[in-house]
Amino acid sequence: MQGSRLDSRPMLRLLSDDDVDRIHRAAMRILEKTGVMFRSREALAVLGAAGARIDEGQGRAMFPPEMVMEAVSKCPSSLQLYTSGGSPAAFVGGEESHYAPGSTALNFGDGDGRDAREATSADLRDIARLVEGLPNIHLQSTAVVACDVPREIADLYRLYIVLCNSSKPVITGAFSVQGLVDMKDMLSAVAGGDDALRAKPFAVFDVCPSPPLMWTEISAGNIMDCARFGLPLELISMPLSGANAPCTVAGSVVQHTAETLSGIVLAQAVKEGATVIYGGAPSLFDMRHGTTPMGSVETMMIDICYAQMGKFYGLPTHTYSATTDAKVLDMQAGLESSLGSVLCALAGINIISGPGMYDFLTCQSLVKLAVDNEICGMVYRFTAGVDASEEAMASELIESAGPGANFLSSPHTLRFFKGEQYVPGPAIDRRDRKRWLSKGGKDTIARAADVVSRILGSPAAPVLTDEARSRLDEAVRRIARRHGIRSLPLGPDL
Amino acid sequence: MSSLLLEKLVESVVRADREEAERLAREALAAGVAPRDILMLGLSPAMTRLGRLWEEGEVFLPEVLASAEVFEAVSRSVDSTGRGGRAPVGRCVLGTVRGDLHDLGKNIVGIMLRTAGFEVVDLGKDVPCEAFVGAVRQWRADVLGMSALLTTTMREQRNVIELLKKEGLREGVLVMVGGAPVTAKWAEEIGADAYAANAHEAVEKAERMLGVV
Ligand code: B12
Repeated sequence: MQGSRLDSRPMLRLLSDDDVDRIHRAAMRILEKTGVMFRSREALAVLGAAGARIDEGQGRAMFPPEMVMEAVSKCPSSLQLYTSGGSPAAFVGGEESHYAPGSTALNFGDGDGRDAREATSADLRDIARLVEGLPNIHLQSTAVVACDVPREIADLYRLYIVLCNSSKPVITGAFSVQGLVDMKDMLSAVAGGDDALRAKPFAVFDVCPSPPLMWTEISAGNIMDCARFGLPLELISMPLSGANAPCTVAGSVVQHTAETLSGIVLAQAVKEGATVIYGGAPSLFDMRHGTTPMGSVETMMIDICYAQMGKFYGLPTHTYSATTDAKVLDMQAGLESSLGSVLCALAGINIISGPGMYDFLTCQSLVKLAVDNEICGMVYRFTAGVDASEEAMASELIESAGPGANFLSSPHTLRFFKGEQYVPGPAIDRRDRKRWLSKGGKDTIARAADVVSRILGSPAAPVLTDEARSRLDEAVRRIARRHGIRSLPLGPDL
Repeated sequence: MSSLLLEKLVESVVRADREEAERLAREALAAGVAPRDILMLGLSPAMTRLGRLWEEGEVFLPEVLASAEVFEAVSRSVDSTGRGGRAPVGRCVLGTVRGDLHDLGKNIVGIMLRTAGFEVVDLGKDVPCEAFVGAVRQWRADVLGMSALLTTTMREQRNVIELLKKEGLREGVLVMVGGAPVTAKWAEEIGADAYAANAHEAVEKAERMLGVV
């Protein structure tokens, strides 16, 4: 369904061409006059050599507009992601959207999510296995930080668990400079070498600036290493409107643009042609409760606006949405997740991170993943647009059938209905009341929990070849030994 | 007559109307109200009320901040001793631990502690252990508040407590910890005195520990 690209594909834009132009110029001015702080000597040196004006004292780099635009022009406009086994999996570009579970949650909630607890390695394994079986969530993410893993390797061990349980491409990220290097080694081990990994990437690295206008030593280091290693990089600027960014949508977008462009310049300064995804995770700052609601409509407006800027620069785009601030999987959870999923897909955002997540990006849930999978399925149906071909319009059929006819037995129906209708899984109930009752009268949570049990209950097929798995185990063993770690949950013998 | 004046003063601080608040404070001084009474009856109640209104979702953070600024300015102008404001309920050193740049939560805790009458020494974010311990010593802090938002930086809270012990300062200060991954269990494990899940609770616990309520 997704491949059928029709002219009628619905599209959402919030900024006029003139707005885009003025936001662009405002960001360029900030980059040239105020500059961006890099808490990394190496990054400042690289940027200085590439033509930025460096203020050593303040640790800032000021960028001439031509330098920025040249860097932007060197970024690829799309990215093909592969499975860990090397088959094409997701095209990241154009107006296409792919969903990935929200990443790095602290907690995990069973059932309706009310009683969230610290997430474990087993939870992450379950999430990875579930997402492997959910057709509308095309990407994986290192969705939780497991509390039963030594903190020194908490970032990379998430990747290990996901790689062992799913072949879908992974959205991930490191917590330190060394963490990213180790994670690259793990990916190489699976791919069978650095060149193979570069040729068919199956992981994307998220790197966040610290708003406003700053990159830490870790984030700058991660950008440079991604560029060096040829790992796709996803920049996640997160202006929090009214807290560490202006409280207006437009002001937040200007700041997002400046921060993101500065990251792009650093990546291109290290390696021309480095793949950069124009991403983000902005949020409104709630002035009553001092929280960062991802489910607010203004958050979605900022997402849609900066994605428009990303498209203006010709880059693949990403955002955080399809998530909710509800603490329990209730109607608020459903409505916020749906609204974000739909709006961001209509905006043609290529990667949408968020499914499964609730409680302000702090909790992951299997049940919510199963429900969100249905939201995503409906979105795909919607964005595929309307087939208005002669055959689909069926005027001949209507005429020949005439008044009073029924279409259920028509060959046209048999031929077309499957392509026209998205058939949701059991999480969505469309039975009549009697039959719904006879099947136990289950609510969404219970039905989604059934989907989860079905997928997790089926035997797990190995996702890696024996050779890839033993190379990966060996890589993790090396890293664990370096940290003096004696045992790892769900891990290889050390 | 003066009680009406002070009531109006409270209102003006809650509204963050600086001109009006300054005018009313001058009027009260001219009418012979003691500076101490202006502080205790005309200014402090405004902050208490704001704290409560914020907890109930009736006022917004920027408004609380604006009122706090009016409060501080008027307190300074009223307080002839130049000490600025009321005698603090207690002194709190606050910061986000090393390696961690999440400071929004910590800032809100700081605002609400100030609103409740604490003197807050905010060390900012990415604060090394040594700086926390140094500040506790220098300011003779009653409370030390540490924020950590990452599973990787939480253990810094323990490191600070250990260093406090080593420097012989642990007994003299109440340690409070918070941040998204922090739990009451963790607080207990590292030997902190209190954990708070949000700014309101942080104020409550700080007050309770110091016995001010
Ligand atoms: C905003 C944000 C950022 C901003 C921070 C901006 C800033 N100036 O603070 C930026 C972009 C810098 C950022 C960066 C990163 N972040 Co961040 N971030 C968040 C986010 C979305 C919101 C945090 C927030 O401000 N909440 C609002 C405030 C008001 O709430 P709060 O902090 O919890 O504070 C309240 C209470 O906890 C308590 N409290 C807080 N402190 C204290 C202190 C005391 C003494 C007491 C008593 C109480 C108390 O009271 C507060 C008020 O009620 C959280 C998700 C979340 N919802 O928690 C992720 C989150 C914390 N970040 C996360 C991550 C992974 C990162 C990065 C590592 C990402 C990366 N790969 O680059 C970096 C790390 C940078 C660093 N070295 O610190 C993860 C943590 C995962 C983990 N297991 O550790 C989270 C959970 C999101 C996620 N799922 O990925 N982040």
